[in-house]
Amino acid sequence: MIDPRQPLALHHVLWLLLSLALITAPHASRLPWWIVALVVTLGAWRAYIAYGRHALPNRWLLFLIVIVATIGIYLNYRTIFGRDAGVALLVVMLGLKLLEMRSLRDAMLLIFLGYFLVITNFLYSQTILTGLYMLACVWIITAAMMSLHYGRDEPPFGRQLRVGGVLLAQSIPLMLVLFLLFPRVSGPLWGLPQDAYSGVSGLSDTMTPGSLSNLSLSDAVAFRVRFDSDIPPPKQRYWRGPVMWDFDGQTWFAARFIYGSPSFTKTGNPITYDVTLEPHNKRWLFALDLPARAVPQSATGADFQIRSFSPVNNRMRYEMASFLDYSYGTDENSMALHRALQLPAGFNPRAVQLARTLRQKFPDDRMLVREVLAMFRKQNFFYTLYPPLLGQHSVDEFLFNSRRGFCEHYASAFAVLMRAAGIPSRIVTGYLGGEVNELGDYLIVRQADAHAWTEVWFADVGWLRVDPTAAVSPLRVEAGISAAIPRSDPLPMLVRGDFKVLRQLRFTWDLMANTWNQWVLGYTPERQRQLLIGMGIDDATWYTLTVVMVALAGLIVVILAAFILRRLKARAHDPVRKAYFQFCDKLQRKGLPRAADEGPVDYARRLERARPDLALPVGGITQLYVMLRYGAETSNSALNELRHQVKQFSA
Amino acid sequence: MYSALRNQFQRWLFQLRGPQTGVIVLVQRRIFILPTRHGLMFAAMLMLMLTGSINYSLSLGFILTFLLAAMGVNTIIYTFRNLANLRIAGGRARPVFAGDTAHFIVHLENIGDTPRYAVNLTHDKREWETVDIPTRTTVSTAAGVPARRRGLLRPGRLTLFTRYPLGLVYAWAYLELDLHCVVYPRPASPGLPLPAPETSAGAGSERGTGQEDFSGMRQYHVGDSPRHIAWKLAARDQGLLTKQFSGRAEAELWLDWLLLPAAMGTEEKLSHLARWVIDAHETGLSFGLRLPGKTVEMANGDAQRERGLEALALFEPAVAKE
Repeated sequence: MIDPRQPLALHHVLWLLLSLALITAPHASRLPWWIVALVVTLGAWRAYIAYGRHALPNRWLLFLIVIVATIGIYLNYRTIFGRDAGVALLVVMLGLKLLEMRSLRDAMLLIFLGYFLVITNFLYSQTILTGLYMLACVWIITAAMMSLHYGRDEPPFGRQLRVGGVLLAQSIPLMLVLFLLFPRVSGPLWGLPQDAYSGVSGLSDTMTPGSLSNLSLSDAVAFRVRFDSDIPPPKQRYWRGPVMWDFDGQTWFAARFIYGSPSFTKTGNPITYDVTLEPHNKRWLFALDLPARAVPQSATGADFQIRSFSPVNNRMRYEMASFLDYSYGTDENSMALHRALQLPAGFNPRAVQLARTLRQKFPDDRMLVREVLAMFRKQNFFYTLYPPLLGQHSVDEFLFNSRRGFCEHYASAFAVLMRAAGIPSRIVTGYLGGEVNELGDYLIVRQADAHAWTEVWFADVGWLRVDPTAAVSPLRVEAGISAAIPRSDPLPMLVRGDFKVLRQLRFTWDLMANTWNQWVLGYTPERQRQLLIGMGIDDATWYTLTVVMVALAGLIVVILAAFILRRLKARAHDPVRKAYFQFCDKLQRKGLPRAADEGPVDYARRLERARPDLALPVGGITQLYVMLRYGAETSNSALNELRHQVKQFSA
Repeated sequence: MYSALRNQFQRWLFQLRGPQTGVIVLVQRRIFILPTRHGLMFAAMLMLMLTGSINYSLSLGFILTFLLAAMGVNTIIYTFRNLANLRIAGGRARPVFAGDTAHFIVHLENIGDTPRYAVNLTHDKREWETVDIPTRTTVSTAAGVPARRRGLLRPGRLTLFTRYPLGLVYAWAYLELDLHCVVYPRPASPGLPLPAPETSAGAGSERGTGQEDFSGMRQYHVGDSPRHIAWKLAARDQGLLTKQFSGRAEAELWLDWLLLPAAMGTEEKLSHLARWVIDAHETGLSFGLRLPGKTVEMANGDAQRERGLEALALFEPAVAKE
């Protein structure tokens, strides 16, 4: 062992630097450039010191750098707490600790810091690639830790890597038991910093012109769905999300509170499926119109908007059933209908005027709806991801001037016209469509599939879905966004999906990612409970979990110990000796052990005196042994004869 | 009371039974394991990572934490293995002077097929010797024990320990080997001048060999004075040969306890005698040593030096009183 006080050797410093650099590298793109530059400089400086055996820098200088860097981080992030600033601080500390690294003790501290930095990477990404990369990092740094504890003849690092790899590989069974059975609690244990979930995208609880078209630029997965039966056709894949009731002239707002209870008249059979929802930091859960099953830890109101009790911060899986043919809301209460008619005064006067004119022309609600949709279809309206910016009277400008818009423009304009004409209406946001992964037979719904449509209320049938976008661009509904958007509009590559090979690759990759999500990342307390039920433990409490975990872990450790400790004893490689030792063992059991200083011939002589009845076999075996071991006899037949006689021998 | 209890407890736990002769095999019962300070830090870090993983619901964080925890458990087995089934035998220790460090040779035999790395032997846990023991080999190492007083030094309990492979756990075994080392009295410095040689009447008995006339060469034997080795021949690769002298022996030099002032204490006298023995050996003289109750006969060479010093080291003052 290296003396803990002894300075480190050059190769130890270099391996440590390399492994820490690999671990920190993914943070580089997320950190301000000056921190990256600082830490790279510090690392290079440490390597230079190790190479030239220079002295480490003065403590005061390092202290000064700490102060300056902390101020810098504060100025950059406006805090020194939270995820991003915390990581930045940790990385800077790592760089500085490098320049304080004198002995094995400091090196061990740095290795622990390295392990901790691995976990900070998972705050940003937990994909398969990140997992594999970090596994490699852990491997290298573990080997580096091992290299510190060799004595004089330290094997080359390649061999150390192998030993470290074996050590890690042997840790996997126990890791699996702990991972599967360690009693899980749902986080968070305490308030998370505000930036903990920044950067996750999804539908918001408000809708302004442009909000959905922005979302449509992201090919991030919103959720994946596995159907128990056939996947419904595209035009029926309306994934219901936040329902917008209130309009202030610019922005639509989702209802803050849930009212009423879901009730509907169903026709036909429900389709059942399960949804794996990516975290989006809001409370919406999505289901096909019209959801008919309750999800645990969530509530559904009369507008069939499912809201989880807490924001969806983890990937979440729920079972759902939907009726594709339905009617609901004929008994809608008057308060809600009143709310669905409200328009802010002083906004969009021309649209309001148009609605009143239409109302005079078409007293029948259905005729009026048809007329407005016909207007969208016949007049020169365009469906585009890049509509012009709109001013204060957004609906007026859209209807009478620009006539270019994305689904939110159409939905908003349509709902305003309906409300002005006295027809209760509201906007439903969610996703439309999704892409079928033939390999895994499931549906991938991406943020790019975000959509907004409207619902209008007729006294006889209740709420009825009307999608004005369909009037402008039937392709959007039938074939998805990539078909509906003009070629000139840039779309994320994954959404467009033109090349067949690429498409196949993409599906394979998504299938792997999905499996990963389901079994690794989506391993929740719920999944844990299901697993235990599968093992036959129905009422898993913390207590039972702990007992099962400890028992299994103990078993694994015992097996592993037996495996690791298997080659400590001397083995007789020589078959002749092996056979003879077996013979001696047999006699030992009968209380006639061979003395340590006794040769085979002396032993045989003593045995013959003690047990004259055994004289013949003992004499035979001893003679064979002496011949084979000390004499010229080497034939296999003699060896086999010895083996045979030993086997037959019984004292 | 407390310390007596603790001793009793340690005796039971660590199976301390006094020095053992022969080979000690490190069976499971003899090896003890505890986490090191780094091991405790590692555990604390894992707790922190676990809390973080729960708080941020990091599945990969859980995996990493549990992987490292499992590795921590594995390293216990590995560290245990690094000592397990070693066969340990005591060797001899070269005599030293009081005040120096005695090095007790210990032979470590690895009979298995697993190489052992960074095995340390220590006496006081402040200084240790590190060795690697490849498969099926015996490696010798030494434990340094300060020799404070002349006499026979027994090292008492030695500790064989290791932290390989990760330094997170510390495995050790107590070795109570039957070892001893002769500690010579520290020679006085500066010493008194050598006493005057006595001219002996019985010089005839020394006729065969002497110090004066060169009479030939013979093969080197351990214990021959290095002054008599034919170094020139040795440098010519002719092996070590000892020059032999014949003729009358030089006057006999007797290093006598009684020659020293009576006012001197026992240890002081021994110290001066030790200096005389060394000086006499260095000048290549034959000498004898007379102590109360013990006499070392006249001879010369390294062996005689050792005989003299050993007699001084093992001198019992009680004998002097008789």
